[in-house]
Amino acid sequence: MSAAQVDRLQFRDPARARGLLDRLRALTAHRVDRPVTLMHVCGTHEQAIARFGLRSVLPPGLDLVMGPGCPVCVTSAAEIDAAVDLTRRGVRVATYGDMIRVPGTTLSLADAQTEGGRVELVYGVDQAVELARAEPETPMVFFATGFETTAVTTAAALLAGPPDNFFVYSAHKYVPPAMEVVAAMPDTRVEGFLAAGHAATITGFELFEPMAKAWGKPIVIMGFEPLDILAALVRAVELVVSGTPTVENLFPRCVTGPGNGRALDALWQVFELTRGHWRGIADLDAADLDLRAEFARWDARVRFDLPRQLGDGTAHAACPVCPPQQRCGDILVGNARPDDCPLFGKACTPDSPVGASMVSSEGMCRIWFQYGGRPELGP
Amino acid sequence: MSDDRIKMAHGAGGSLMRDLIGDVFVRGGGDDPDVVGPEAMEDGGAVRVGDRWLVTTADAHVVAPAFFPGGDIGRLAVCGTVNDLAMMGATAPLGLTITVVVEEGYGRDELRRIQASIDAACAEAGTRVLAGDTKVMGKGEVDGVVLSSAGFGFADRLVRDRGMRPGDRVIVSGSIGDHGLAVMSARHELGLGDQLRSDVAPLNGLVARVLEAVGADLVGLKDATRGGVSAVLHELADKNGAGVVLDDVALPISDAARAAGELLGVDPLVVANEGKAVLIVRPGAVDAALGALRAHPLGRDAACVGEVIADHAGRVIVDTGFGRRLLAEPRGEPLPRIC
Repeated sequence: MSAAQVDRLQFRDPARARGLLDRLRALTAHRVDRPVTLMHVCGTHEQAIARFGLRSVLPPGLDLVMGPGCPVCVTSAAEIDAAVDLTRRGVRVATYGDMIRVPGTTLSLADAQTEGGRVELVYGVDQAVELARAEPETPMVFFATGFETTAVTTAAALLAGPPDNFFVYSAHKYVPPAMEVVAAMPDTRVEGFLAAGHAATITGFELFEPMAKAWGKPIVIMGFEPLDILAALVRAVELVVSGTPTVENLFPRCVTGPGNGRALDALWQVFELTRGHWRGIADLDAADLDLRAEFARWDARVRFDLPRQLGDGTAHAACPVCPPQQRCGDILVGNARPDDCPLFGKACTPDSPVGASMVSSEGMCRIWFQYGGRPELGP
Repeated sequence: MSDDRIKMAHGAGGSLMRDLIGDVFVRGGGDDPDVVGPEAMEDGGAVRVGDRWLVTTADAHVVAPAFFPGGDIGRLAVCGTVNDLAMMGATAPLGLTITVVVEEGYGRDELRRIQASIDAACAEAGTRVLAGDTKVMGKGEVDGVVLSSAGFGFADRLVRDRGMRPGDRVIVSGSIGDHGLAVMSARHELGLGDQLRSDVAPLNGLVARVLEAVGADLVGLKDATRGGVSAVLHELADKNGAGVVLDDVALPISDAARAAGELLGVDPLVVANEGKAVLIVRPGAVDAALGALRAHPLGRDAACVGEVIADHAGRVIVDTGFGRRLLAEPRGEPLPRIC
């Protein structure tokens, strides 16, 4: 038996999944009228939940919502505009595939490419560094998006000493402040959080302990296989039902209390937290990862004079391209489901996305469009 | 940006491409019972000649890189053409044409290697190149080398796209996703080594066996190229006003393809195969079809993976073993996810 088969048996066993689902159903039977609401904050979680068809079997007493967990979705339109502007100034721009089609105020990077701009799709920052090395006369800007997980790789590339024509435009974001925004919303229905296992692999789970205490809501670290997800849901519901606002790690094969020390050292050596703009949500304090002054020589904002732009602090003004009836902001903070938005699947589709959440494969709208959300797909 | 400009996604085999073809290239037609034209959107076209059908097909090949693990653009051109003919029921291709468009500065040795692949693939498929054309374009006017091919052959009975009905079974002829994931891994230098190889192969011999074994109980047959198994099943579901339920656990996917797919965030169901067919058979013919497939070296991993249903017309549903969800219809080029 191959390693991959063993892995599938351990974490993808339908019989065990049925047992966990029965437990979830029993735990939430008394809450069918007012479902236990849990929030996860990770597009990869939503992907996994949808891809394994878990939404079609979750009990009616549980409402599992996605929070602001799609880094591409919360990248501000002004930052995309800045990247488009760079391509018009003869700069090569490299970024992740998901980012290319997200509309800025007028154009996406894909549009900039159709216009003749040089946009490179890369799988990681290393590839962008290589592309820069191969053409030393042309400036190359890595448009760096993603949460702390991805930011660590950007940090490592800068610490390794990239070539002089390589620059980073950091649109990296930090997850905990976004969770705090949701927890602090006066009308929030969220009773417990499921933290992203890969981000917690870097940050560790101890980081969440003061938050759980302050918010009075449990936080469970969740992995990405079907049994990881179901086991974490069971534990989170147990903690909610028993009124125990603690942190529990249900992804212990990757996540430790203090996290990955080397990665954290690299992260904070290169980045510092700054006030930033989250598309569709608001300006958030200490929520963006900015390059420290010591790394200014590789900072595209410095080199190309692109100051950080903030919104006016309100949710709706946060996205200049949103039509007023669009509900991106509500969806991003878990107050609405994609199919609550009148544009979903009609004016807003993966072919012609209006909101960023329909572009990224990590976006909830895109995932629901692709996998059917919570459809009645039974025989 | 205006929708009147062609984007890369229009060539990716999904619904955008079908829309473009319907909008620009195919207007009307379809009223002559002795002709299958482009409006049928099948793998090839056909005209009735006596009591047989003369089947023809055309294909262009722009793969980058031109040499990839398991094959190259020459083998791809021959197999793609032979397979399109076979999917219509023409399993003894009479001949092919190959046009080579090459960029100024391209290596003669590379061309020789491509030609050797063409010769070898023709021998494997039992056919030959009857005519060709060579064009050279200026530096930068074409990316390396582009091949265009055509083929023709006779079919006693055409296998069309519109014969499937609820209760029919879905069979795939072997492991899926290998070609697309091998090329993507090579293109992006993922360094997966030799584990993942393109499946590019001529399927005419395999199809001939199945036709012999099940005859008219084979009611749908398509090679799962661009857009993969998903595109093929969506097309069939759409054309026949039926739904399809796929059993995820039964899908033959190699460990290497599964790993590359998870790494890239790309579902093996939506990437191209170049040596795999999707077959729709009547329920009573499943065993005979699987027997015929598995007796052939290219069909050893064949599996029954789903069923046609009356509900959910035009949709493909995946039963994951945990629950059910929709299978995405590929629209444009699959983009790897960011984290």
